[in-house]
Amino acid sequence: MGKEYIDYDNIVVEMKGIVKKFGDFTANDHIDLTVHKGEVHALLGENGAGKSTLMNVLYGFYESTEGEIFVNGEKLTDHSPTNSIAKGIGMVHQHFMLVQNFTVAENIVLGNEPVKGKGLMDREQAIKEVRELSERYGLYVEPEAKIQDISVGMQQRVEILKTLYRGAEILILDEPTAVLTPQEIEELIDIIHNLVKEGKTIIIITHKLNEVKSACDYCTIIRRGVRIDTVDVDDVSQKDLAEKMVGRSVEFKVEKEELEAGDLILKVEDLHVRDNRNIQKVKGLNLEVYQGEILGVAGVDGNGQSEFLEAINGLRDVESGKITAGGVDITYAKPKDVNESGVVIIPEDRQKRGLVLDFNLAENFILQKFKKNPFASERGILADDEIYKYGERLIKEFDIRPPKVKQLAGELSGGNQQKVVIAREISNVHDLLIAVQPTRGLDVGAIEYVHKSLVEERNKGRGVLLISFELDEIMGMSDRIAVIYEGEIVKVFKAGEATEKEIGLLMAGGEANE
Amino acid sequence: MIGSLGFVLGTTLMYATPLIYASLGGVISERSGVINIGLEGLLAFGAFAGATVGYYTGNPWLGFIAGGVGSGLIGLIHAISSVTFHGDQVVSGIAINFIGPGLAIFLSRKFFSGAAMTIPVEYKIPKFLPGVFPKYSFLDNLLNQDWTTVIAILCAVVMWFILYKTVLGLRILSVGENPEAADTLGISVRKIRYSCVIMSGVLAGLGGASMSLAVASNFFPTLISGHGFIALAAMIFGQWKPHGALGACLIFGLAQALVIFLGSTSISISSELLSMMPYILTLVILLGFVSSANAPAADGQPYEKE
Repeated sequence: MGKEYIDYDNIVVEMKGIVKKFGDFTANDHIDLTVHKGEVHALLGENGAGKSTLMNVLYGFYESTEGEIFVNGEKLTDHSPTNSIAKGIGMVHQHFMLVQNFTVAENIVLGNEPVKGKGLMDREQAIKEVRELSERYGLYVEPEAKIQDISVGMQQRVEILKTLYRGAEILILDEPTAVLTPQEIEELIDIIHNLVKEGKTIIIITHKLNEVKSACDYCTIIRRGVRIDTVDVDDVSQKDLAEKMVGRSVEFKVEKEELEAGDLILKVEDLHVRDNRNIQKVKGLNLEVYQGEILGVAGVDGNGQSEFLEAINGLRDVESGKITAGGVDITYAKPKDVNESGVVIIPEDRQKRGLVLDFNLAENFILQKFKKNPFASERGILADDEIYKYGERLIKEFDIRPPKVKQLAGELSGGNQQKVVIAREISNVHDLLIAVQPTRGLDVGAIEYVHKSLVEERNKGRGVLLISFELDEIMGMSDRIAVIYEGEIVKVFKAGEATEKEIGLLMAGGEANE
Repeated sequence: MIGSLGFVLGTTLMYATPLIYASLGGVISERSGVINIGLEGLLAFGAFAGATVGYYTGNPWLGFIAGGVGSGLIGLIHAISSVTFHGDQVVSGIAINFIGPGLAIFLSRKFFSGAAMTIPVEYKIPKFLPGVFPKYSFLDNLLNQDWTTVIAILCAVVMWFILYKTVLGLRILSVGENPEAADTLGISVRKIRYSCVIMSGVLAGLGGASMSLAVASNFFPTLISGHGFIALAAMIFGQWKPHGALGACLIFGLAQALVIFLGSTSISISSELLSMMPYILTLVILLGFVSSANAPAADGQPYEKE
C-alpha cells in the first residue's frame, strides 16, 4: 500500500496481554497489538482463530477477561460500543448492520440524527451531511436510495460512512471482501487508500492472503487465540503468511497424477430449465463427465449454474432435454432416486441445503439413509447405537473438530461443516460427485482439505463435476474445463489448453480465439 | 336516506373506535419488533378496569385513564417475557389473552359481590359536539361522536407523526427492522421495546375502556368478543402503519354498522348471519389481501446480544 502516511511516533491502538475466555474456552490468549496512525494493519488468521473476538474486545462488544487497551495513549475503562464511538473507533461488521427499508442517509445518521426543533428529524440536513462526507472521502453513495435497492459494495460504503459520520479515526473492517466482486474489491482498496491519506487508521480482519499483500502495511498473525507474529507485509511472501497462519506448510497447488479417463458417467443433452420467475436459465446445455476426471464448470454466478444443479438433483423440473447418470435416465427422478443412482452432491450452501443445523453430527450423517438397515428397524424405530457408532466413525475418518457426535451442526466452524457434508456424501455408494462452490467462505487449511478430497475421488475412478465461480479453483483442479455462459456450455477445454484470460473472456460472453 | 347514511357512518365510527386503539397498540408494539397477539386480553382488562374505576369514582375520564394504566401493566408482563426473557412472543401473547379476561372476571367478582359483570356507570364518556346539530340529523349522527372516538383518531395522527417525522420514530422503526444495527449505534433495544409494548397495552386498554364507558356502559364477559383479533387483522391489513390501521378499522367498523343497520330495516336476513359479517370480513381480508411482505423485518424475533 505504501507506508508514506504512517506516523510512527503516534501509536493509536495498543492492546496489551488481552485474554478473552468464553467459559473454559480461551479465544484470545495474551495477545498484544500495536497500530500506528495512518497504518493499514491486517489481522490474519483462520476462521475461529480469535481475530474477530480481539476486535470485538477493542470495539467494546466483549469485555476482556484480562489485559489493557490504550487508545491514543489513554487507557480504556468501562468499555462499550457507545464509548468506543466516542473514542473514535468504528467497526464495519462482516454482516452488514443496515436497516433494509431505510434510506442510505437514514442508516448513516441513525442514533445521531440531525434535528430541527425538539426531536424532529431533519432529513434534508441528513442528506446534505451524507453528501458532503461521501465527497470528502471519495465514497460515492446515493443518500436517498433505499438499502434494499443498492448493491452489496454500496452497502459496504454505507457502513464505512456510518463510522466516519460518527467521527471514527480508527476503522475496523471485518472480512471486508468476503461479499465483494473482484471489481468492488479494487474499489475498496482505493477507498482504503483515500482513508489513510485523510489520516485514518485501518485494521482489517481477514483470512485472505492476497488481500493482506495488496491492501495492508503490517500484518499480525493469530493462530488458535495466540499471536504468532507481526510482520511488515513487504518482507513476506503469501506462502510465509499461510504457513504462519495455519502452522504448517500449505500446498496451494494440488498434486495430481495423469489418469486415463474411464467410462461416461454423466451425460446431459440439450437441457432446458426455468427458474422461479419462469425465466429460462439453462438453454440447451450439453455436458459429459467421465470416470476418473474432474470436470470444472467455469462461469460467473447467475449463468444457470444453480438451476442446472437443481435439475440434476431433482429439486427443479426439467423443461426439456435428458440427463443420464451411469446409464440411468434421471431427468425426472426425485432427489432420493438421484442419490440412489450413485450421484452425490456437495451443495452450494452448506447451511441451507447441506446440513440441518439444529441436528447433531450423527443425525446429519444419516439424513439419506435413516430408514435403512442398520440405522432403523423394519418397523421404523431408529437404532441410536448404530447411528452414533457410524457418527463416531465418520468423525474420526474425516477428522472433524470438535470430535463430538452430539454437537449440533450449526455450532461447527464453516470448514468443519463442509467436512461433515463431504463425509456424509462420499460415504454413500456413488460413481459421480458434484461439488458446487465447495470452498466458499473456507480458510486456507480447509480449502486444501476439500481440494484433496476431490482429487482423491477422481483418483478412485469416480467422476467429479466441480461448479465454481472461482476461476483459480477451476484452473487448478480440473482435467477438463467447461465454460458456462447464459445457460449454455460455450466451450470445453482440456486442462492447459486455454489460458486464464481466454476462459475469463468466454465467461464474460466474449469469443475465444480459435 | 341521508339520515340512514349518517346513521351508518356514525355507527361505523363508534364501533371502529375500540378497534382503532387496539390496532394502534398492535402497530406500536410490532413496529418495535414485538408481536402482540394479546390485544384481545388487553382490551378485556382495559374494559373491566375502565368500567370499575368509572363506576366507583363516578368519573368516566378517570375510568378511561384507568383502563389504559391497567392494561399497560398487563402489557408490562408481555414486555418482561418477550424482551427480558426472550420468550416466544406468540406464546406470551396467548397467555395475555387468558390473563386479561380471567383477571377481569375474577376481580369483577371481588368488587361487585360475585357478579361477573360490573354495575353500569352513571356517567358515560361525554359526546364531542352535544346539541350543536339537530338531533338525528346527518351531521349530528356523523360528527357528534364520543370523545373517545375523537381521541382515537388523534392517537392515529400522533402515532403517524412520531413514527415518520421524529427521531424517536426512526429509532423505533430501526429496532423493529434490525435491532442489532440499532444496538451497535447506541440505541437501547430494550428501552424502546419496553416502552412500545407497554404503550401497546395502554392503547389497547384505552380501547377496552372506550368499549365499556362509551359504546356500552359496563363490563361483561362477552363485551370483548374477538375485537382484539379483528384489530390485529386491521393492523396487518393496514400494513403495520398507523394510517393504514386506522383505515382498516373503519372498514371493519363499517361492517359492524351495516349489521346493525340491516338488522333494523325490513330486509330480512337472519341475525345470526348478520352478526357473522365482521368476522367473515376479517377472514376474507386476511386470506385475500394480506401478505406479510411489509411486516417489520425483526417482528417476533427476540433480540439477544451475543
